[in-house]
Parts: sequence; C-alpha cells; structure tokens
Amino acid sequence: MTTTVLPRVNYLNVKHTVASWLLTKDHKRIGIMYLIVVSLAFLIGGIFAALIRVELTTPLGDLVSDDTYNKLFTMHGVAMVFFVLIPAVPAILGNFALPLMIGAKDVAFPKINLLSWYIFVIGFLFTIAAGILGGVDTGWTFYTPYSSVYSNSNVLLTGIGIFIAGFSSILTGLNFMVTIHRMRAPGMTWFRLPLFIWALYATSLVQILGTPVIAITVLMLAVERALGFGFFDPRLGGDPVLFQHLFWFYSHPAVYIMILPPMGAISEVIACFSRKSIFGYSFVAFSSLAIAVFGFLVWAHHLFVSGISPYSAMVFSFLSFAVAIPSAIKTFNWTATMYRGAIWWQAPMMWVFGFMGLFLIGGLTGLFLAALGLDVHLHDTYFVVAHFHYIMVGGAIMGYFAGLHYWWPKMTGKMYSNSAATLAALLVFVGFNLTFFPQFIVGYLGMPRRYHAYADEFQVLNVLSSAGASIMGVGYTLIACYLLYSFFKGKDAGPNPWRAVGLEWETQSPPIPENFTEQPIVTAAPYGYETRESNVG
Amino acid sequence: MLPGIPLFPEQASTLAPEVDNLYFFITAVTAFFALLVVVLVVVFAIKYRDKTGEKVGHPIHGSLPLEIGWSIIPFLVAMVIFVWATVVFFHIVRAPDQALEVYSTGKQWMWRFQHIDGQSEINELHVPVGRPVKITFTSEDVLHSLYFPAFRVKADAIPGRYSSLWFTATKTGEYHLFCAEYCGTAHSGMVGKVVVMEPDDYQAWLSGGGGLSLAARGEQLFQQLGCVGCHLGDGSGRGPSLAGKYGTEETLATGATVAIDDIYIRESILTPQMKLTAGYGPLMPTFQGLVTEEGVMSLIEYIKSLSSTAGPAAPTQASAPAPPPAASDNTGGPGE
Ligand code: HEC
Ligand SMILES: [Cu+2]
Ligand SMILES: [Cu+2]
Repeated sequence: MTTTVLPRVNYLNVKHTVASWLLTKDHKRIGIMYLIVVSLAFLIGGIFAALIRVELTTPLGDLVSDDTYNKLFTMHGVAMVFFVLIPAVPAILGNFALPLMIGAKDVAFPKINLLSWYIFVIGFLFTIAAGILGGVDTGWTFYTPYSSVYSNSNVLLTGIGIFIAGFSSILTGLNFMVTIHRMRAPGMTWFRLPLFIWALYATSLVQILGTPVIAITVLMLAVERALGFGFFDPRLGGDPVLFQHLFWFYSHPAVYIMILPPMGAISEVIACFSRKSIFGYSFVAFSSLAIAVFGFLVWAHHLFVSGISPYSAMVFSFLSFAVAIPSAIKTFNWTATMYRGAIWWQAPMMWVFGFMGLFLIGGLTGLFLAALGLDVHLHDTYFVVAHFHYIMVGGAIMGYFAGLHYWWPKMTGKMYSNSAATLAALLVFVGFNLTFFPQFIVGYLGMPRRYHAYADEFQVLNVLSSAGASIMGVGYTLIACYLLYSFFKGKDAGPNPWRAVGLEWETQSPPIPENFTEQPIVTAAPYGYETRESNVG
Repeated sequence: MLPGIPLFPEQASTLAPEVDNLYFFITAVTAFFALLVVVLVVVFAIKYRDKTGEKVGHPIHGSLPLEIGWSIIPFLVAMVIFVWATVVFFHIVRAPDQALEVYSTGKQWMWRFQHIDGQSEINELHVPVGRPVKITFTSEDVLHSLYFPAFRVKADAIPGRYSSLWFTATKTGEYHLFCAEYCGTAHSGMVGKVVVMEPDDYQAWLSGGGGLSLAARGEQLFQQLGCVGCHLGDGSGRGPSLAGKYGTEETLATGATVAIDDIYIRESILTPQMKLTAGYGPLMPTFQGLVTEEGVMSLIEYIKSLSSTAGPAAPTQASAPAPPPAASDNTGGPGE
C-alpha cells in the first residue's frame, strides 16, 4: 500500500478564496458545504427541541403560548426532517466518500452536484424566512384541511421551501445512481462495492421515485390554499384523507432515505473495528434494496384510525410486519460480524454500539405500531414520538455520527480526541434513553402528541424526558467542540489512522483535489481485513 | 404532593384487557429479541476486544442456514403478532348490535355529545357501565380524533364523513377524553372526561336533562326546512317517502344499489345530486350551510325513528304495500 506524505496540496488548501468554495465542483468540498448548512439546521432544530422540552416540564402551558408551542414543534420537525435527516448522510458523508470509495475522480455530474447544494440552500432560506416571518403551525405532516384552509401561519412559504429542497434530494440521488453505475474503478464489480455504496444506491432509488410525490402533494396543497382548488377540503368536494395517502406515500419511504445511508455507514465502521468482513455481505446488500422497494408499500400504516377500510388496514399491517424483516436481517448480520473479530474500541465504534442499542428498540417498537389492535390505542400518542425518535435520532443520527467520526480524519486530515468522542457517545446514549424511554410509557398511558399542556399525572415522566434532553444537549455540544478544535489544532491523522481497508484510505488525508494520484484498480472483495499479514485475533 | 407516577393506564372497558394482553405479549417477544442482541453485542465486544488494533478477525463470511433461520423465525413471530392484533382490531371496529347510540361533533376546540334522549353536553360524556355505547361522530372543521385511553379506543373525526367507535365501560368513574389529532391552537385544550355511571344513576342523569329527544328535534327541523313538503309519508310527494327506509337498500338512477344508512342520508341532505334515487329527478336542493352537523344527525335520527317506532311510521307502512305494481318498472325481476 502506498502512502503519500502530508504537506501536499489537498482539496482543502488548494485554493482559499470564498469563490473557490462557492464555485467548486469538487464533491469533497460540496460535502463540507453541506456539513456546514446541515449543522446549522441541526442547531436550529435543536434549539426548538430544547424550548419544547422546557415547556413540557410543567403540565400547564406556561412558558410559551399555545400558538408558539405549535410553531415550535412544527419547525423542529421541518428543520430536522427535511434539512437534517434527509441530507445528513447522503449529502455530507455520501458526497465526500462515495467517489473515493469507488475509486472515481468525482461524481458523474459535478456541476449538478453543486447545483443541488444551491437548491438545498435556497429551499432552506425559504423555510427560514417562513420561520422569521412568524413561523408555521401545521405540524411537519401538514394535514389538511387544517393546513390548506384553517391555519393562519406561513404554510405556503414553508411548502415552497420543502418543494425546492426536494429537487436537491432528487438530483443528488440521480447523480449518485449514475456515478455508481458509470464511474467505478476497474475491477470494482457490484459485489465488491462497499456496503455504504449499496445503501446509497438503494437510497437514491427512493429519492428519485418518492420525492416527486411530495413535490406534487405540496403543490396541490399550495394550489388549494392560494387558489381554492378543492383537492382536500371536503366543502369543495375534496378528501382530507387523500392528502394523508399522498403525504405518506413519500414520507414513509423518506424514513428509509434517512435510515438506509446511516445503516451503510454502520456496516463500514463495524467491519473496520471488528477487523473482519461483514457477515453475510450479500444479505446486507440486498436487504437495503428490499427495504427501498417494500418501503413504498406500507404508507397507510399511518392511517389505521383515519377512516380507511379495516381490510386495507389489514393488508398494510401485514406489509409493515414484512418490511421489518430486512432490518432484522441487517441487525443480526452486524452482530454476527463481531463474532470472533478483533474489536478495537475506538470512538466510531462507540457510536456503533449506541446505534445498535437504540435502533433495536426503535425497530422493535415499530412492531407495536404495525399491530392493528394496538395501534388504535397508540396512534398519535407519545409512544409514536418515542418510536420514531429511536429510529431517527437513535438510528439515523447515531449512524451519522459513527460515519462522521470514521471519515473525519480523512475529511480534515486531523484526529480528534478519542476520549472526548467516547464520552460524547456515552452522554448522547444515556441522555437519549432518558429522554425517550419515558415517552413510551407516557404514550401507553395515553398522552397525545403535540400537546402544549397535559394532565398532571404525566408530569414526572415528562420531567425525566426534559432532564435527558439536557444531557443529550451537552453531548452534542461536546462533539461540536472537539471536532472544531481538532480541525484547527488537532494532530495529523495520516492517510489511514484506523488501518482500514477501502480505496478512500489509500489516498492521502485530506485527499488531493483529484482524489487519487493514479487510477486505483480493485482486485478483491471489500473488507479484506482477515487476509492482512497480521496475527489473527 | 405528586399525584403518583402511574406506569400503566386504567383498564375500564371490555376492550382494554384484550389490547393490554396483546401489548404484554409483544413486549415480551421484543424484549427477548432485544436482550438477545444486546447480550451478544456486549459479550462479543468484551470477549473479542483487541486493545492494540493490530490483530485481525477470523475469516468468517456468512452462513446460509443462519441467514435463513434469522429471516424465517422473526417472520413467523411477526405473523403471530399480526394475526392476534388483527383479531383484536376487528373487535374494536365492529360495534355490537343494540349499542346505546350517541352522536358527537368535534370542532375547534371542543367535543359536543348528543344523546338520543335529548341531552347534549360539551367536553363531557355520561355513559352507563356494562352497556355497549357507540359514538358516531364527525368534524365541523379540521381533523380531530376522539380518544378514550382508559377504553383503548380512538378514531379520527373527519369533516364530511362519519366515523364511529364503541366501547363497553367496565368500571364506574371518570376517565380522560382527549383529542388526539392535531387541530390547531388549543388542540391540547380539546379534552374532557367521560363519566361512567351505574345504570340507575345514568337513567336519573338522563331524565334530569330535559329537552326534546334527538328524533323530536329532527322532526322539528324536518318541518322547518321544508323536507316534509316533498317527502310525504305515503310516497305521493315530489320526493320518495322516507318511512321505513332506514336500514333498507335503495336503487339509484345509475342502477347501483346503496344501503340507506347514516352516511347515505347525510349525503342526500348535503349533496343530493350526487346519488339520485331511481325514478326521481334532481329536484332536491342542497342543504349545505343551512343545517349544522348536529342538525343532520337529528334528521338522521328522525328518519331512523320512522322505521323503528310503530308510531308515526305505522300508517305509511300500511299504505306502502299497495303501490308495488306501479313501482315494478325499475326493480323486481321474476325471481323476486
Ligand atoms: C324540493 C323537494 C325536496 C325537498 C325540499 C327535500 N327533498 Fe329530499 N329528496 C327529494 C327528491 C326528488 C329525492 C330523490 C332524488 C334524489 O336522490 O336526490 C330526495 C331524496 C332524499 C333522500 C334519499 C331517499 C332515498 O330513498 O334515496 C333523503 C334521505 C332525503 N331526500 C332527505 C331530505 C331531507 C332531510 C330534507 C330536508 C332537509 C329533504 N330531503 C328535502 C326532494 C326533496
Ligand atoms: Cu411509515
Ligand atoms: Cu385536536
């Protein structure tokens, strides 16, 4: 393995002007630019969450007014879903790592890649404008006819923001898909692709097929709201439940846009720090595709009490159980990968441990909600809130941080403090559980979601939640501190600090603008840790 | 000081134990799988730990039997849950016959309940213990969701549609009643209580309310709105007779047949042109905006009473058998 020594020109120091960033076509720089915007959105969404948790420490709605509270949870959801969870792993880590991992110079359409970023930022600005001009209060689900007729808040502006940002997601998906088809290094056959690439491929499929549906739905909502066309308003002959079908036809698969890429990152990290091939490579790869395809067939599990026929509820319940199986397969394979490995407890692996615990609970509590007779009671309660935070934060965000900690030395050339990162993973894990586990209980007790004020007997559990949230907040702040510190003052990481296998580790850190000095050629399956000339653990 | 930390909701309906048993079962199953994975991860992480980062793992690439095993077993377990949960679900959605009927409308931000005997109440619902109660409801504006945690039932209130839910309360007392579907500003204030009473107390409460029964109010509306001018009891008016119609089937101008139920009557009043009765022209005006959702419910109750009580319906029913020869143009094949 050739290792190039550091003080060469790299993609970060090649040019320093602002214009060199804003006009860059380098996938690595674009990844960093997404990192900045998404982190900002995460901060904003997090501040909303903090205010929500402070409000909910007492049963009375005493900190903010009811309208303000409604705007807080709406904007928390909008910021986190559309501007953090959906772009985080594909647009940040995917953009940075995908071409490197398949031995390409860049993505297939570098200019379109830059365009995606601009579209994303414009969408984000619209949404921020909606927030500044008074906010939006429909819930991130925008259910009609509240959103289309009754709400007095900035629904249109927010809708436009989401509509625009959607095109960024579509273009990124398209770009990745073409890149994976056309730009693989010689010898990089489909079954030599790292599993992160398989996950991004499956995600691209969902982005391309699903996102247009939400765009159309938002458009219909806007037309009804602005021009009075009757799509969803029953007084105009529309059907409010139609909106829910359309909305979830995208938004359930969108859950997989959020979770598949982190799952892919988890596969990379777990193989590296177990020093082993992934157990059941093809099962893990194909389960990503299965999830992407079957994920389109379960949307109406959000409508079990919304007046759909009991028989169609039955079909959607069955399919929802079925779609859980590929996720179970992945979890078992990850666990088996650790068996007889040589497990190196480094920071990225700590985030994997956290992910395993939380995603497991998130996935398994999905079975409660897929179960018809139980969902009638649980639907729209805090049980649902807890469930999807376990998936979205416990799964997607933990997976994102696993990947970010894994590739950070490659992205920046610098190493962060391993003990600080381990502490942060622990804080987030403990804080997370303290925040969201009580919500399962308070949900089963019957506390509905989106409640500004609540019955007295729910208070203790809510106080626990708020306490947990503050621990989590400390954890996230810590991450920002040590990563920023490492960027400016950290030790040089060297090209391959984890002694990982993979093309991205064969070039210097940070990589040169064109990624590789010479075209890499692939001759073996990924994760060839066992064939290394080291002692078997 | 604190009202205590409840960890489990009160079981106050016949459905509650069914739902809870399912909950316990799924909890046990999922806890087993969660523990299995967590224990394995922890054991592997400790047992195979390598502090140096120098060693490599054993070359194990997979195992087909294991893959098949851990696909099939979770699937079978999931199917057990699926079947069980579906059975419970059908108990929840199928109201028993002879349930005590209550009508309700949700609107920003209150629930109004309308008893057949005339009482109406806001954000409070009185019901007798031990008797099935069926609530039929709709929304006057946005979506809401009627939720009784202690009974483990909820259903969305949807403008333009009727939803229903039922329960048999098993314990007297007061329980929460929540709006579970976000509906704007005071969503969390759209709450109230359901009061479960001994049957005698319930009867006493009912008679204390006074006022006209729902059907009687419907009859008044039927006059005021001029329905009576077209819908004559003997079928000689410009519209069909409504006596004895509820619960039967109607043939539409399109040839299709529909059941005459709450929803059909509601549609007939608000969008009469949508489903024309065979043999009649599009004469009936829409009453959209002229009659409230509660008004519609009382009209339905009145039309219902025309078929069930012997009183006002009896004479028309007596005359009904006469016309069939004339009506044989559209229905009645030889097999009838
Ligand atoms: C101008 C005469 C007229 C008035 C007033 C009128 N209707 Fe009708 N109604 C009709 C006609 C004609 C039909 C059959 C054609 C159709 O389905 O629209 C009908 C049909 C119906 C039906 C369906 C009956 C069936 O067997 O299919 C119902 C229920 C009904 N009307 C209820 C009402 C109520 C309640 C009112 C008062 C709020 C009312 N109508 C006022 C003329 C009228
Ligand atoms: Cu879903
Ligand atoms: Cu509500």
